Amino acid sequence: MENKIESYGSSLVSHMRRLLFRVLSVGPIPNHIAFILDGNRRYAKKRNLGEGMGHRVGFLTLTSLMKYCYELGVKYVTVYAFSIDNFKRRPEEVQDLMDLMLEKIEGLLKEESIVNQFGVRVYFIGNLRLLNAPVREAAEKVMKATANNNKSILLICVAYTSTDEITHAAQEAIEEKRGEIPESSEASMAQNGEISQEKHEGHRTIKLADIERHIYMGVAPDPDILVRTSGETRLSNFLLWQSSTCLLYSPKALWPEIGLRHLVWAVLNFQRVHPYLEKRRKQV
Amino acid sequence: MACLVNSSAFAFSGISPLHSRSDSVSRRSNFPYRTPTTVSIKNMPSKQDALRFPPLCQHGGTTRQGRRKTLSPIKSMQDHEALPEGLKPELMPKHVAIILDGNRRWAKEKGLSMELGHLSGGRVIKNIAFLCNKWGVKVLSIFAFSTENWTRPKEEVDFLMGLFEEVGQTYMDEVTRYNVKISAIGDKSKLPEPLQELVATAEETTRGNTGLHLLVALNYSGRYDIMQATKSIAGKVKDGIFQVEDINEILFEKELKTGCAKFPNPDLLIRTSGEQRISNFYLWQLAYTEIFFSKKKFPDFNEEDFIEALSSFQKRERRYGGNK
Repeated sequence: MENKIESYGSSLVSHMRRLLFRVLSVGPIPNHIAFILDGNRRYAKKRNLGEGMGHRVGFLTLTSLMKYCYELGVKYVTVYAFSIDNFKRRPEEVQDLMDLMLEKIEGLLKEESIVNQFGVRVYFIGNLRLLNAPVREAAEKVMKATANNNKSILLICVAYTSTDEITHAAQEAIEEKRGEIPESSEASMAQNGEISQEKHEGHRTIKLADIERHIYMGVAPDPDILVRTSGETRLSNFLLWQSSTCLLYSPKALWPEIGLRHLVWAVLNFQRVHPYLEKRRKQV
Repeated sequence: MACLVNSSAFAFSGISPLHSRSDSVSRRSNFPYRTPTTVSIKNMPSKQDALRFPPLCQHGGTTRQGRRKTLSPIKSMQDHEALPEGLKPELMPKHVAIILDGNRRWAKEKGLSMELGHLSGGRVIKNIAFLCNKWGVKVLSIFAFSTENWTRPKEEVDFLMGLFEEVGQTYMDEVTRYNVKISAIGDKSKLPEPLQELVATAEETTRGNTGLHLLVALNYSGRYDIMQATKSIAGKVKDGIFQVEDINEILFEKELKTGCAKFPNPDLLIRTSGEQRISNFYLWQLAYTEIFFSKKKFPDFNEEDFIEALSSFQKRERRYGGNK
């Protein structure tokens, strides 16, 4: 009997949520939302949970929020799961996080996971060489297994910092251009011996598109909203290149406390500024 | 009513409304613009007056100085005066960056022209620079003109270019007097020639100054900065100065335009007018910057608001991804 009431209750809630999303969809819906999952440790402390429990609760919150986003029609969701800076934390905590990640990544492959429910393609973004072998292999397995999904995309940033991403992209772009130069300079030598001129022409031709081709996050468009929980208003080296025009939203709630109302508020704010930003984008 | 409003706008911006309609044939710049109630920064009542800083708050009464006073020479800027109550000297940000948003909306709300909006904003920059110098902030960055601002109406762009020239020429003496170092960051090659020359002169003249380092972002954007750093590094790799494998974050950061400053990355970014985005200002440099959004439009941003931003900054816990 209790189960029936519970299931009736939850189905009512989900109907109401869908109705709310339908109302929101009258206005523009963001194509890409990024989340910085901040506040797990503070949550655990606040609720007197054990060490590492905050992150586990945080994972549950992540799955709910992903579900809301995909229901709403947001195609890309990016999460800042683990920064290169987080390796500085205590080794026990880092190990706990790695173990949790391995567990959850493997969970994504299961039949009933959110990935299959919503046809999500998963990308792991970052300097994956910095991860230990089991986690890296599990990540690659998931990327391969979901490669054919195309309804929604989930980008999980692990061993990621934006400055590392930009440096890496610049390095690759320069390496690529360097590979193109010797032929042109030889040709010019044959013509008029002005090698230095060609050299200068060569490196002047690095364009925006070259960087964007090599950037890890190149598989997704720039985010429309960047949400950072726990009230901290900073980017912490996340999506610096990509967040030049996106809306920044920093609710005071800790990550495990975040809910539907925060998402709705972020989307409403996005809808408010969207016409102006679209106009600017077209001008530029 | 409009007259009163205009007069008060003039008073706030420190310019006497009596000096209107006068021409500036002898001006060095080609600032062609005439507002309906003509503004001329050059026609300040006297040189002595020009050296005084106006009351920092529009209503004149709430500043620490209380009323205008003539400031004594440069020595006072080196010994930092006591901070306002609540601010701790050891927690002051070394580098503050400001996105000065809301000049046009402020003007529209008050029924003034866009030009007066920008002029009023200009006065606020001067006040903030003064406060930064006084309170021990080492670097101040201001987002004066973005690479994306070229799409604004031609009159506005021309006005802004003229305004930068005008301000540069007028305040050169004061800048020297207060030992401020000026650097202009951005793609200066696209700016009008007279402005480029002025900027070069200003940078040269103030190169040895050791007070506040003022970084003026002119035709700047974060992506432009990253692109030019990449191209510069590519050039150095070609010339054999270093190898591709040597490229790391530290090297990259030095190549950015902010590399000229002792503290290249802002500790605090303030954006006014309530909009919550970076708008392609510093991107790389904002990796760990604390961001403060103020709902006030920039011309209304006064000393109290700046203190609020600084206290908010001082209360924040900066973990840089590591442990508490």
